[in-house]
Amino acid sequence: MTELLPMLTTGATLAQIGDVFMHEVTLFHYLFVSAAMFALGVIGFLSRRNIIIMFLCTEMMFQGAGLAMIAFGRYHMNLTGDVFVIFILTIAAAESALALALVVLLYRRRETLDASAWAELRG
Amino acid sequence: MLEAISPMLTLAAADAGAQEGLRASLLVLVFPLLASIACGLCAVFGVKSKLPAWITVGALAASFVVTLMIWGQAGHNTFIAHGYEWITLAWGDGPGQQLVANLSLYIDSLTLLWMLFVTGLATLIALYASEYMSHDVGPGYCRFFAYFSLFVFSMACLVMGDNLLLLYLGWEGVGLCSYLLIGYFYTKPSAVAAAKKAFIVNRIGDLGLALGIFSVFVTFGTVEFAPLFEMLREGVDGAGAPLAGSWQATWIPVFFMIGAFGKSAQFPLYVWLPDAMEGPTPVSALIHAATMVTAGVYLIARMMPLYLLDGTHFALALVAWGGGITALLAATIGMAQFDIKRIMAYSTVSQLGFMFAGLGVLTSAGAAFHVFTHAFFKATLFLCCGAVMHGFAGQLDLRKLSGVGFMKGWGIVGIAMFIGCLNLAGFPFTAGYFSKDMILAQTFATPGYAMLGWVLLLTAGITAYYTFRVFFRVFVGPKLYEPGDEHHGDDNHSHDHDHAHEDFHPHPPGWAINSVLALLAVLSIAAAATYFINKPDHGWVGSMVHNSTADVTSPHEGTFLGMDPHKAMYYVSAIVGFIGIAIAFMLHYVGRRTSEKANADKLLPAVGPVATWAQGKWYIDELYDAVIRQPLLVLSHVFHIVDKLLVDGLVNLFGRLPTMTARALRPSQNGVLQSYAAGMAAGLVFVLLVVWALL
Repeated sequence: MTELLPMLTTGATLAQIGDVFMHEVTLFHYLFVSAAMFALGVIGFLSRRNIIIMFLCTEMMFQGAGLAMIAFGRYHMNLTGDVFVIFILTIAAAESALALALVVLLYRRRETLDASAWAELRG
Repeated sequence: MLEAISPMLTLAAADAGAQEGLRASLLVLVFPLLASIACGLCAVFGVKSKLPAWITVGALAASFVVTLMIWGQAGHNTFIAHGYEWITLAWGDGPGQQLVANLSLYIDSLTLLWMLFVTGLATLIALYASEYMSHDVGPGYCRFFAYFSLFVFSMACLVMGDNLLLLYLGWEGVGLCSYLLIGYFYTKPSAVAAAKKAFIVNRIGDLGLALGIFSVFVTFGTVEFAPLFEMLREGVDGAGAPLAGSWQATWIPVFFMIGAFGKSAQFPLYVWLPDAMEGPTPVSALIHAATMVTAGVYLIARMMPLYLLDGTHFALALVAWGGGITALLAATIGMAQFDIKRIMAYSTVSQLGFMFAGLGVLTSAGAAFHVFTHAFFKATLFLCCGAVMHGFAGQLDLRKLSGVGFMKGWGIVGIAMFIGCLNLAGFPFTAGYFSKDMILAQTFATPGYAMLGWVLLLTAGITAYYTFRVFFRVFVGPKLYEPGDEHHGDDNHSHDHDHAHEDFHPHPPGWAINSVLALLAVLSIAAAATYFINKPDHGWVGSMVHNSTADVTSPHEGTFLGMDPHKAMYYVSAIVGFIGIAIAFMLHYVGRRTSEKANADKLLPAVGPVATWAQGKWYIDELYDAVIRQPLLVLSHVFHIVDKLLVDGLVNLFGRLPTMTARALRPSQNGVLQSYAAGMAAGLVFVLLVVWALL
């Protein structure tokens, strides 16, 4: 899969790139999906104003990172990545419980889920 | 014609072999130092008695006795009493590569002469001060006597030190003590100003002395007197090269002269001395008449061989004329003042001028003799003025006092004052008459100085006039007084200010003041007798000087109107003195009914504004103010602005920099969650780009 980077920079045709992808499912595919999830999360976080959606986007970034770890674990044939992901999931669960409680409180204060309603800490 | 004199100059033979010995003479220094420490301890433990005075009197008397014993043992020989190693530096083996200055004493007859009257007079004046300062018993009393003893210690260092560094230590020490004592009444702004003035003006002179010492070390490679005089006798510098005609031979004496003029209050550095009268009167008597101001005369006398090095006698001419100008200037100012203590101050400046003129015309014996006699009679005069000031609540204006000498209990003061005035006026057969004559006669006898002689003769007449002006106004005539506005604690009249005059009774001096005045008056007369001991050597003082390094051979070429000046001057100066006294008698005694007005006031219109100018001290102080003080003030304002704008501005700029940076960066913290996230994302992208670029 290492030939993909030079192909992207030198400007290969879509068919050529597809060729590289179609051979087999490799580490690169996993990483590509993981990067895509992370990027989607970032884009969502930046573009949306709804606190809940923004929170979901952060979860998306989390899962993107988790996927990369599982893939590396599989690649190296050990369980390090899996263990990491279990921890991440646990923490993410706890954190989403907290975060959703906060969101409820915030909503009760302002009757809105718009993040820009909470801009009082500006300099 | 001055060149003709130089071969005649010989140095004393006595110091050829300066022997070691007389180590006990260090006690002369030790006693006053211990007394000073003891008085300081008295202040610490809050002693509220006259104990500090008795400690001081005792210690100074002990110093005097030790000095007498040294004199008895040393005779006319020169000794070096080695004390302790003080400074020893070496940076090579060659000549001029070691600096050695020990805590040792150089004892020859010049040293002894000075120390005899310094310690003797200091003892008497301390005794006088024990009573005079009695209204201040407590911390002030301890402080006064601590400074007093420290002053005598410094003076002893100055006079007895065997090297120029120890001399300099003493020189600065007396300057410091003088500052402290002039500013004794430190709550009085005028006293504080006078103290600062004395210190600062002295500093200018000290610069000259410091330059002189530096040049001596550079030239001779030593600051110790014994090797220095050895080289001076040969006329060579440290490397053995002859010095005649070199810049050192001309300028080192000039440097020393500047130092001497500062300390001895000579024109143009005399302005501090009259203001120094702000200090307590015993201080004026001790420091500003009898001892400290004679340090300059001592310095030049001690360094006489250095002055003789230059065949043209350039520095000596400066010394002579500086002295002559000061003598006349101060005397004319003294004529017009009304404050009797201030008149005495100007007369001191004037008499010091005589001494310097004497040194300049090569009669170090005459100068030293005048120092000696002046010490006694000027101490007497000052202490009499002090007694009047003490008794009349600080009154010193001669227009407000009259007939004091005839008041009950003031007899001794009146008589002592009379004797002091006779001496100062140069009345025949008084000590002041003989000593002044020696200088006057020598001025005429030295070729080229006849003009200076006439100046000094005129000054002698003026001196007689203003001295007796004080005497005829204040001490004789109708008994009238108006008290001053100082009320001492021991007055025992808790009077209202308004009724001060009705209730006021002048308190005549007590036993301490009276006995000191009587003794000083007797000593002033007795000083004349020393002129007849060893007559060919110009008296006892002359023989003392003759056996020291200050010895010079006085030239005898000049004449006074064709006569031998040494014979003629006895009559001439007597006549001049009589004329001065007679004028004072006519103007200030004859027909005077009140204390305010005398015949002299009728003459005022005739002299026009000159009297006012003289009363304004010829506006020298104002001139200095305009030429030196104001420009310095302006300069300091300029520097103040530079400091405020440039220096403070820079510091404040650095102080404000964080604030300003924060203000610039504050908009980035806009409270919008997405913008923070965008910032983070941008950062991430940046890091990734960097990593990619590096890979």
